[in-house]
Amino acid sequence: MPEEFILNKKRIVTNFNPARSLLDFLRKEEKLTGPKEVCKEGDCGACAVLIGEEKGSVVTYKSVASCIYPLGNVQGKHVVTIEGLTGEDLNFIQYHFAKEDAAQCGYCTPGYVSSLTAYFLKSSQYSIESAIDSVSGNICRCTGYASIKRAIVNMINEINSAPLRQDEKLNFLVRQKIIPEYFKDIPERLAELKKAGDTKHEKGTPIAGGTDLLVQQPEELTNKQISFLTVNKNSSIFEQNGEVVLSADTTFEDFGESTIIRKYFPDIDETLKLIASPLIRNVATIGGNIVNASPIGDFTIILLALDAKVVLENKTGEKRTVALKDFYKGYKALDKSSDELLTEIKFSVSENLIFNFEKVSKRTHLDIASVNTALAISLSGETIENIGLSAGGVAPVPKYLTETASYLKGKEINNETVLKAAEISRSEILPISDVRGSADYKKALLGRLIEAHFFKLFPQFLNAEVLL
Amino acid sequence: MNKDVIKHVRGETFFIDDFPVPEGTLYAAVFDSPVAHGIIKKLEVKKALESKGVKAILTAEDIPGENQIGNIIKDETLLAESKVEYIGEPVAVIVADTPENARAARSKIEIEFEELPVITDPREAMEKGQLIAPPVVFSSGDTEKSFAECDTVVEGRVDIGGQEHLYLELQGSLAIPDDNGGVKLLSGTQSPTAVQRATANVLGVPMNKIEVDVPRLGGAFGGKEDQATPWAVMAALAAFKLKKPVKLILNRQEDLRMTGKRHPYSADYKIGLNEEGKILAYEVTYFQNSGAVADLSSAILERTLFHTTGSYFIPNVKATGYMCRTNLPPNTAFRGFGGPQGMFVIESAIFKAAKELGKSPWEIQKKNLLNEGDYFYYGQRAERVNARKTWDKAENIYEFNNKLKDVEKFNTENKILKKGIAVMPLCFGISFTSSFLNQASALVHIYTDGSVGISTAAVEMGQGVNEKIKQVAAKVLSVSADRIKIETTNTTRIANTSPTAASTGADLNGNATLLACNSLKERLKKHAASMLGEEDSAKVEIKNETVLHNGASTKIKWEELVSSAYLNRVNLSAHAYYATPDIYFDREKNKGRPFAYHVYGTAITTATVDLLRGTYEIDEVDIVHDYGKSLFPSIDKGQTEGAVVQGIGWLTIEELVQNEKGKLLSNTFSTYKIPDIYSVPDEIKIHFLEESENPYGPLKSKAIGEPPFMYGISAYFAILNAMDSFVSISLEKIEAPLTHERVLLKIMGAKRG
Repeated sequence: MPEEFILNKKRIVTNFNPARSLLDFLRKEEKLTGPKEVCKEGDCGACAVLIGEEKGSVVTYKSVASCIYPLGNVQGKHVVTIEGLTGEDLNFIQYHFAKEDAAQCGYCTPGYVSSLTAYFLKSSQYSIESAIDSVSGNICRCTGYASIKRAIVNMINEINSAPLRQDEKLNFLVRQKIIPEYFKDIPERLAELKKAGDTKHEKGTPIAGGTDLLVQQPEELTNKQISFLTVNKNSSIFEQNGEVVLSADTTFEDFGESTIIRKYFPDIDETLKLIASPLIRNVATIGGNIVNASPIGDFTIILLALDAKVVLENKTGEKRTVALKDFYKGYKALDKSSDELLTEIKFSVSENLIFNFEKVSKRTHLDIASVNTALAISLSGETIENIGLSAGGVAPVPKYLTETASYLKGKEINNETVLKAAEISRSEILPISDVRGSADYKKALLGRLIEAHFFKLFPQFLNAEVLL
Repeated sequence: MNKDVIKHVRGETFFIDDFPVPEGTLYAAVFDSPVAHGIIKKLEVKKALESKGVKAILTAEDIPGENQIGNIIKDETLLAESKVEYIGEPVAVIVADTPENARAARSKIEIEFEELPVITDPREAMEKGQLIAPPVVFSSGDTEKSFAECDTVVEGRVDIGGQEHLYLELQGSLAIPDDNGGVKLLSGTQSPTAVQRATANVLGVPMNKIEVDVPRLGGAFGGKEDQATPWAVMAALAAFKLKKPVKLILNRQEDLRMTGKRHPYSADYKIGLNEEGKILAYEVTYFQNSGAVADLSSAILERTLFHTTGSYFIPNVKATGYMCRTNLPPNTAFRGFGGPQGMFVIESAIFKAAKELGKSPWEIQKKNLLNEGDYFYYGQRAERVNARKTWDKAENIYEFNNKLKDVEKFNTENKILKKGIAVMPLCFGISFTSSFLNQASALVHIYTDGSVGISTAAVEMGQGVNEKIKQVAAKVLSVSADRIKIETTNTTRIANTSPTAASTGADLNGNATLLACNSLKERLKKHAASMLGEEDSAKVEIKNETVLHNGASTKIKWEELVSSAYLNRVNLSAHAYYATPDIYFDREKNKGRPFAYHVYGTAITTATVDLLRGTYEIDEVDIVHDYGKSLFPSIDKGQTEGAVVQGIGWLTIEELVQNEKGKLLSNTFSTYKIPDIYSVPDEIKIHFLEESENPYGPLKSKAIGEPPFMYGISAYFAILNAMDSFVSISLEKIEAPLTHERVLLKIMGAKRG
């Protein structure tokens, strides 16, 4: 079936291989050279474009890394490149970049304009902090970011807050010269396009966001039949019987935006910042993170500490539930048959749940961890009532720290307990030396991060000097 | 405002991979060695030739001329012949209808090796006699005698990691055969003539048959000075053999695997001081990890030697450098060109000596700063020295003493977090140290409508050289910069180009442009005088596009003047040549005056370390920098900010990891991390030093590209200072980059004792 979508102003119908990246289509087929190929793994943002999707009667936009965004996922959507944002005069974002000389070689610049455009479309409360977060997945090797930050500060100082209603917002953004006039016609034009059907039971290799598959096996995918699971994404997050239930296609961004999640995880914004850039958060799904089975996947580690369960559904609609702890059988080996799809994730929550996530990597933000660890805990007084504790990068699988957790359960939080827990954690892991750190380092680091969990959450019970 | 930026923000700038290609263009991919050292026993391309879309596979045997692209030393083949010396060494070029098909055929090439031992460590190479060239020694005074007289003598070892350029635009070229038996190349190179020369040599044709055109680069930082050459020559070879246009663009993993980096160095030093902290003697031995072939390593090592004493005057110095051959891709130019490594070692020595003397590093640094009239140990007299001026200014305006108090207060109040501080004085020599490269020419055309086109050897790569040249021309001709277009860099318009490197692009090409514009201006003034019936052209001026007569405006505007000059057969084109005066270097004695001038500055950096997690943040970098009379302040500021962050990256989070087989493990963006927007200091304050003039720079300006990179060194020592304030850190071996891993393990190790 040919892909049908709108690219900038133009309706596209194409038979280009849907497993190839959107970037390849844009550059090779459409000769749109504004988006650049730099890293081909979603790590630099030079290829950033906007994706607009119908949500009811409005179209919502987000930024994505087109180099790892499968073309098959654009069915029925609006794709906007720098060419579709540029008119005769400089737009608001372009003007501010130019005014501050916030480009040197210029290779990363179109990606910045795209990321910021998505930001202004998506957010209603503009702030310097959130605007900077919106370009955190864009890498610049020339400027040291100083002039880019100045340009962003000037933009935020100059713009008023946007109206809340999406239809009014389009008018507002057109008036502000952030988007061109034709965006107003897009909702109507998208409604006329053919939509993808339900893909859940389609034949072929299933892909959700594809943010890791398109990095790891781009050539292999082009020779396969693919079932694009999230082309018609309809993710949901709800609470039921003391449990939070997520559909597997929940993206990292959906997770962070959910009011239910924000209630239980007030620090979620900070956590997400450590995990991935908006370019990835907008696309990568939690289900994908789990089945990808990376021993270091941040969301997997978080869900493991929460003692999550996953729901698997086979082609005939039969469902079974597996504890995440038992889901990993070995390196990249899952308790899942090839005809099963992971459809839901559930975990229990309570009012007195306290959660913390720690991660250390070579670069603090937007990097794969050397070691990450999550702690979900509830106390009665100073005593640990319930505890879930996990760590990544320390074993062939995402590791539930069984021994450390069972030692801690029922204990009082004090220096001695925490130091002992750190020691136990080091003894129950078997990290390997790799590009992210030596085995010795990872052991030492996990111990320290266990201490960090407690010191961050309960400094009143601990003495820093003893921990160091 | 830099007008170039307007194209960038609109996404309209064309880089090599963005130009429309000619009809029938073929695509090339490189087949490279999977082993780091071995003799090729079998190389069979038959099956690969049958692969889908493949048109040809070229190996060393297909080279019509000489299989040699070495720049300084002729030791580098374009395609491996009988043996390979690093993983990523090009062996064959596959040409196909699409880049995908060219790459897909790679796995079908059969190759077998007799593997040989692999060396990745420069000291091991040295022990095994694997030197690319004989050692180089620079010295002055008598260190041995002086050490005996010192109150304190400190020794130690320093290991400095390399650095990947990570220019965003990948290496690449488009080659189009012409009807003269030559090739026209679109190349992403800093050195068009190097590409032209190597291509001519490999194809066996004279240089005039090869035209190299460079539109601009999407970042380079030295990584495209010598190492843009192979890909251009391969594309040219394929185009020449197949008589078809051929495009070759590396992908990121290929680029990271096949190209060299900033040189890792290992060094041993010995520093002697008197009890006041005056440095009397310094000895250092550098083991440069050069990689498998020479590339620019000898010139880079030399610049290390030139910057051995940093910003300090030391009376007795001996520095020895070894170019150690290892089985890694040839390491190459990278912003600073060996200077940063030399400066890092002397700063390490001072840090350690200060600790032994119970003094602060900045006390020793300040005491030893260069003064006017001091001699650099390679024989050049220090002139117009701004070392102390920038230091004092920085200390003053950034309230250094208050900063120290704040750090101390913070450290008493906080247990898990500790702050540290460091100062980095900068002194960096400007000129190619190979004196002959300090030449440039400019070709300036004034068209009959008054618009101006300028060609020089300068390659625009984001450093703003085009805008600076435009400024020079606009000022001299007194016309609006909007009338001026800077043309692509092209070997048929400007021959025998020196690379755009060593921070000299704006100096050399700006000066040549200035000369060309001056002669045009003289011709136009003479013609204006004749239009006005004035015999003395000195009474005529051109100001803001208007002809002045005896200081008063006339009705003659720029366009009319130019048009009239043309009709009266006045030459409206000028070619001018510039060679930097007063420089020389005697390589027998290793003494001379290699640099036209030096750039000075001082940076104060503070950092915060999280002792529990072993992580850190760079809080502030406050700089006073000597720009001369800046040609373009916003560009110079941007260069400074970018260089500082790149310097911080080099010594903190950017870590190249190889395994013992010489395979690069940090071979992607996700495993080699450069600073992102969150990892840079909240603010980089920059103060332009007043009253600095430079007779060697165009319109008294100073070069900017490389020098501020070295301010990044202060980030390293600020972190180390913070760690050391918590627990005494061993300085026997100072290792960079100071990754989170090193911070945690060093703190924990020191704590255990």
